[in-house]
Amino acid sequence: MDEILAQIFQIGFFAAMIRIATPLIFATIGELFAERAGVLNLGIEGIMLLSAMVGFSAAYFSGSLWFGIAAAMAAGVLSGMLMGLLTVTLGLSQHVSGIGVTLLNSGLAFFLYRLIFGQPSMPPNIVAFKPVAIPLLSEIPVIGPILFNHHALVYAAFILVPLAAFILFRTPWGLNLRTVGENPHAADGAGVNVAATRYQALMLSGALMGVAGAFLSMAQFNAFTFGVISGRGWVCIALVVFGQWSPWRAAGGALLFALIDALQLRLQANSYIDVPYQVFLMMPFVLTIVGMALVSRNARAPAALLMPFRKEER
Amino acid sequence: MSAPTPLLAMRGIGKRFGAVQANRDVDLTLLPGDILGLLGENGAGKTTLMNILFGTYSPDEGRIEIDGRPVEIHNSAAAIAHGVGMVHQHFHLVPRHTVLENLLVGRKGRRGLLDKAAAAKRLEEIGRHFQLVLDPDRLVGELTIGEQQRLEIIKALFSGARILILDEPTAALTPQEADGLFDALRAMAAEGMGVIFISHKLHEVRAITSHVMVMRLGEVVANLENAPEVSQAHLAELMCGHELTPPLKPEKQPGRPLLQLRDAATDAAGRTNLADISLEIRAGEILGIAGVSGNGQRELAEVVAGMLPLSAGSLAIDGAAVPQPSATVMQALGVGRIPEDRMGTGLITSLPLSDSMVLPRIGAAPFSRHGILDRHAIRAFVEAQIERFGIKADGPEIRAGTLSGGNLQKALLARELAWDPLVLLAAQPTRGLDVGATRFVHEQFLDLRARDRAVLLISEDLEEIFTLSDRIAVMYEGRIMGILPIAEADVRRVGLMMAGMADAA
Repeated sequence: MDEILAQIFQIGFFAAMIRIATPLIFATIGELFAERAGVLNLGIEGIMLLSAMVGFSAAYFSGSLWFGIAAAMAAGVLSGMLMGLLTVTLGLSQHVSGIGVTLLNSGLAFFLYRLIFGQPSMPPNIVAFKPVAIPLLSEIPVIGPILFNHHALVYAAFILVPLAAFILFRTPWGLNLRTVGENPHAADGAGVNVAATRYQALMLSGALMGVAGAFLSMAQFNAFTFGVISGRGWVCIALVVFGQWSPWRAAGGALLFALIDALQLRLQANSYIDVPYQVFLMMPFVLTIVGMALVSRNARAPAALLMPFRKEER
Repeated sequence: MSAPTPLLAMRGIGKRFGAVQANRDVDLTLLPGDILGLLGENGAGKTTLMNILFGTYSPDEGRIEIDGRPVEIHNSAAAIAHGVGMVHQHFHLVPRHTVLENLLVGRKGRRGLLDKAAAAKRLEEIGRHFQLVLDPDRLVGELTIGEQQRLEIIKALFSGARILILDEPTAALTPQEADGLFDALRAMAAEGMGVIFISHKLHEVRAITSHVMVMRLGEVVANLENAPEVSQAHLAELMCGHELTPPLKPEKQPGRPLLQLRDAATDAAGRTNLADISLEIRAGEILGIAGVSGNGQRELAEVVAGMLPLSAGSLAIDGAAVPQPSATVMQALGVGRIPEDRMGTGLITSLPLSDSMVLPRIGAAPFSRHGILDRHAIRAFVEAQIERFGIKADGPEIRAGTLSGGNLQKALLARELAWDPLVLLAAQPTRGLDVGATRFVHEQFLDLRARDRAVLLISEDLEEIFTLSDRIAVMYEGRIMGILPIAEADVRRVGLMMAGMADAA
């Protein structure tokens, strides 16, 4: 037993946890901005998939990974604008619009991939992001390899969490956005353009989801596959609730999920325990459900979430 | 002597919504220091006019001048920039934000950050100047209704308003809170600001305004100085266009008790629970329940309607205890119910009026036989009620939600009165109704009283309570602070009890 534990809880295990958490943090913070502005962005799964494809393809043809990231973010922003057109301008059901965007984006991702790459026997790949060791810090024993020897995007995710909290709670734009999500009539009465604010939030949310998708096809893996997202977007929806719409708590939830995910990967690879691997695969999702059930009892969503805003009409 | 430049002049304003001319050639002038009372029935065009001034609608015709200069107001941001502030009837606040955060919405920051320090300083200055004090760090959800309204006014002042519009500002205030509001408004007028005050409460309009403008069917019908010889009755007549005689409330000897509560208490999670409630209403009596909303009135109404169980004490109808009250039982015993939320537990707005009006009795004759609806009987019943109560509706099959507030209330009344209830339970029966519709509802209550029925009237409108009640009970935090015969009740005394002070007299 000790042997098993020792094998699992190595430094590499915690480094893997951080790596797995990164796309979740990006997408969760993205979703959080949309929901704080009052729009549930169920397009998340499809936006991540399309961005993973767009980012990969752009990097494949340009040879520049950062160009790939920019392209993925652009795809996310455009998807966010589509979501805005449906839910803000047209005031349609946010659930239906979100599922629609996910279906459209998924179909588009598969279709464009086939169109560009055909059906090769070996999927094309790129030279993925390489870990960047931070001088000095990465040499600290234990902590160094766990925290400071990662892809550049991982560091960006670390910075994103406090930055998101700062924007939401310390800047006028953040206050306006939260007000739009709580009481759009109050925001409108104070001269805030509710529709524009929601569009901005959705575009930012799409851009962050875009980075999350691209991370998977360009850093975690080095190719685009149809199962590259495999439900991570839906997990992020749950993480926002789990995190009670706070960037810090949501990031904590992402780390917890990643911990379980990393654990199950190790358990799968372990030959001592004779259990079908699907049981391990299930673990993080079971935990999500349990965590949600425990936490969401006290969770209070933004008051205007799911509600389209129309100025008083006769 | 030249006249001073008006703070605000709206000239020849016209606005049409489809077939309805909501405003026609409306002129409005506001001088510095004016408090203008804007009166009119629902649908007279007051709200449209104010929404044009605040940039929510753009006028089809006419122009707006501020300080003598023509301005274009296309949205609320432009209105605020021109110094127009609006306090809506339904507050535009975020309960989960602090007082300060609510003030900072829509404002530019300092070097990209929220400027909380400067805002707190402004808040303190405004507080000192106009006696409008609030703690900047409190959550708005924890403020009383009066404090929330204070915040709305501070918000307008904070963004530099010199023209303040108040839409029915006193609807939910205690008389003392309303007096505080009036002091603040007078202080603002003394500073050269202009105030537009919209209210259905004529005595308040008489008390606070310098001028009165009356609108009817989208047009201005009168512009008056608020002089002592202008009576409330005269204003009411101008508003509805015909003479109104005060409702008759003859002296009456009450009969046997129809509704009795003894030491009643409730124990429901998350509610204002009742404690030690003892009251009775006799035949031919109207008992008024006064109180600031949220002090247990809703729970009391639900207890009497059989919707909320008692944890202690007893409930009796017509002398007989009701051991297991339920909505069905209370209805069968003759308790009629006009709920506070007309559109919620009142009528089903998405159903046709006919179905909505027979729903509580839809399973019994004459509306259904052997489990099958009798459409003819339903239709005949509803048509008869529409006729009898003068409900303005395009036939029984129209969706109930399309009716105006006054007509919805008439439909509810019709539904309950058709079965001649022993006890009528009415919660906020005239909230949002105009003078004419209010009058109609009051006449129905007095008619019940004349026919030896009992009415439990729960209202936040003290004038209504004083006009109709034979006795007044005041509720505070789930208890009854005291029950006063109408002859011994005055507004000050009731107001203090509403604020939780034990009756001194």
